[in-house]
Amino acid sequence: MPRDAAPPMTSPADDPWAALRRFTPARIGLGRAGDAPPLGAVLDFQLAHARARDAVHAALDRVPLQAALGGLPWLAVRSQAPDRGTYLRRPDLGRRLDPECLPLLPKGEWDAVFVLADGLSATAVQQHAAAVLRATLQRLPGWRVAPVVIATQARVALGDEIGEALGASLCAMLIGERPGLSVADSLGVYLTYAPQRGRRDSERNCISNIHRSGGLAPESAADKLAWLMTEALRLRLTGVELKDEQPPHLEHGAPGVGSRPVLGSGGPSADRPF
Amino acid sequence: MGLYRSDFQGERHRFADLRVVLAKASPRRSGDELAGLAAESDAQRVAARAVLADLPLCRFLEEPLIPYEADEVTRLIHDTQDQAAFARIRHLTVGGLRDWLLSYDATPEALAALAPGLTPEMAAAVSKLMRNQDLIAVARRCRVVTAFRSTIGLEGRLSTRLQPNHPADDLRGIAAATLDGLLYGTGDAVIGVNPATDSVANGLALLEMLEGLRERHAIPTQSCVLAHVTNTIRMIEQGAPVDLVFQSIAGTEAANAGFGVSLSVLREAHEAALSLRRGTVGDNVMYFETGQGAALSADAHHGIDQQTVEARAYAVARAFRPLLVNTVVGFIGPEYLYDGKQIIRAGLEDHFCAKLLGVPMGVDVCYTNHAEADQDDMDTLFTLLGVAGVNFVITVPGADDVMLGYQSGAFHDALYLRSTLGLRAAPEFEDWLELREMTDARGRIRALAPQHATTRRLLSGGSDADAA
Repeated sequence: MPRDAAPPMTSPADDPWAALRRFTPARIGLGRAGDAPPLGAVLDFQLAHARARDAVHAALDRVPLQAALGGLPWLAVRSQAPDRGTYLRRPDLGRRLDPECLPLLPKGEWDAVFVLADGLSATAVQQHAAAVLRATLQRLPGWRVAPVVIATQARVALGDEIGEALGASLCAMLIGERPGLSVADSLGVYLTYAPQRGRRDSERNCISNIHRSGGLAPESAADKLAWLMTEALRLRLTGVELKDEQPPHLEHGAPGVGSRPVLGSGGPSADRPF
Repeated sequence: MGLYRSDFQGERHRFADLRVVLAKASPRRSGDELAGLAAESDAQRVAARAVLADLPLCRFLEEPLIPYEADEVTRLIHDTQDQAAFARIRHLTVGGLRDWLLSYDATPEALAALAPGLTPEMAAAVSKLMRNQDLIAVARRCRVVTAFRSTIGLEGRLSTRLQPNHPADDLRGIAAATLDGLLYGTGDAVIGVNPATDSVANGLALLEMLEGLRERHAIPTQSCVLAHVTNTIRMIEQGAPVDLVFQSIAGTEAANAGFGVSLSVLREAHEAALSLRRGTVGDNVMYFETGQGAALSADAHHGIDQQTVEARAYAVARAFRPLLVNTVVGFIGPEYLYDGKQIIRAGLEDHFCAKLLGVPMGVDVCYTNHAEADQDDMDTLFTLLGVAGVNFVITVPGADDVMLGYQSGAFHDALYLRSTLGLRAAPEFEDWLELREMTDARGRIRALAPQHATTRRLLSGGSDADAA
């Protein structure tokens, strides 16, 4: 072994990377076993990937979700994607409602409907959606809110068809975002005024990165959502015309805003509703 | 537009036009299925290949996939096609071209001479008649060498982009990831950051930091902030140290419009970067990224299958003599490339088509968490591309890009490829590594202890001059 080859173990005090890790969540200073990373780093990575994959493929468990709604009326619908494999391959089917579900949606004079949708992380919906929903409702006294819709194999634009069928002025879609290696349970909210089929991305407002691992806490998300909903109903619009008080989510470095803009689902969001 | 018929082994198939033949002949992939262009059965797929095999290459000059009047990329392809270079193969069918490419006559010199005569559609068509090993064997014989401060694409070399992204563009975080990568001997193709926020001010800050780091350690490489081309032009106007101009591009005028670019904007950027004269061993100043699915996701594919329309992007790239081009093959998601098998095939196709057309191709070997792929699939693609002679690959700390949220190559993967296949870094960069005692007697990157002078110098922020 050359005199200056890395010893197999270094104490934290000797690790010059310890100081640098404060500046980045990147996997720096992993060390080496020959050309490969040390086994510990390999297993860490595999666990992170496994959690992300489990979140992508987990089915939404409606029973605990309904329990967490605390007695709010609800109903369940599904998209035209019959299974997860089709859902991942055919985003167009995830945006269309199964016709059998249409009669379940009661037409009414609703100010808003909340849709809880699995998206790309049922785990996120399971863990945070009810909390965001209940906190938001507390901030919107007197609103005529449709029964909560629980949607499976759903993309963002499925909310357009749901909102249109219900006759709701606003659709707030709480949907699981694409899991990353560091966070697998991130929830996003897409708010659409006068939801109807064919709405464009630019006609929605989005709140992303809702989770409890350094993201936006459900209570803060509810503050933001209630404000957006109130303004949307007052101004009768959502989208680029409805400005958030603060720059939207740049602190999270939303992928896709930079150098890889149109490359499909590159972003953290559950869906790009083209 | 003609009707194409096949009576292949007793089965009758009809295809409405050339686009349909190309689409149905493509290996199965989710993006073509999503677009409604894929073969309806495996037998139909093979029948389409049989039609393609007998198709004269000249047909691609007679029947543009998008009308000449309607698309500036089509005009670029047809206006710049070199008839003299094409002359030696103009009598061939697509199947005949496949046989010639695999023959011993197709030497590196013959392939380089042919490149300007080929259109992207011919390259895509012949690739559909080739197995993975064919794509590897022919690409390996195509050499496309480019240079700026380092020389990339020489035989027996494998370069790397060091991609030190940070979710909030924290300059210290980006510097830390850059230093980490340098200690693995990566970064000889470019040190290139995807900014989380694409603004001129932010781009300037990132460029100044990278320039300072590069100068302090006298690193013979180039830096790049992968901002939108219009922002980079503004940075150049403000006197920023821009080595390379980056832009994502695609294979149709409409898809490029979706990226906010046109050929004239790219021309303006190319001239602006050339005017800075910052290269020392060459003047290739452009860096492009492409990827199958980009045109479809912008609803700008004109009914062309995603691999053929991707190859058209290489015609855009080669018009600007780029230093680097890479496909972001598994980045775009499972609705375009569903699983490891489709990603691997697409990576080999993109590399082959680009190299055949004379484009200095690298690959971002990568996947997302909702694709049916994992590190084992990436290991396979890395190895195949290393054998195929890929110009460069993208590397990030621990294969985890914490800004773009996907898995790319790890610094370790570059070590593996170089060791296992006997590939070396760009010559200028290799000298730099040797001078700093970072390589062993066999040219491999040593695992330096934290106490080693090179580690200390890099991590302390000191310069080479300090150590002298």
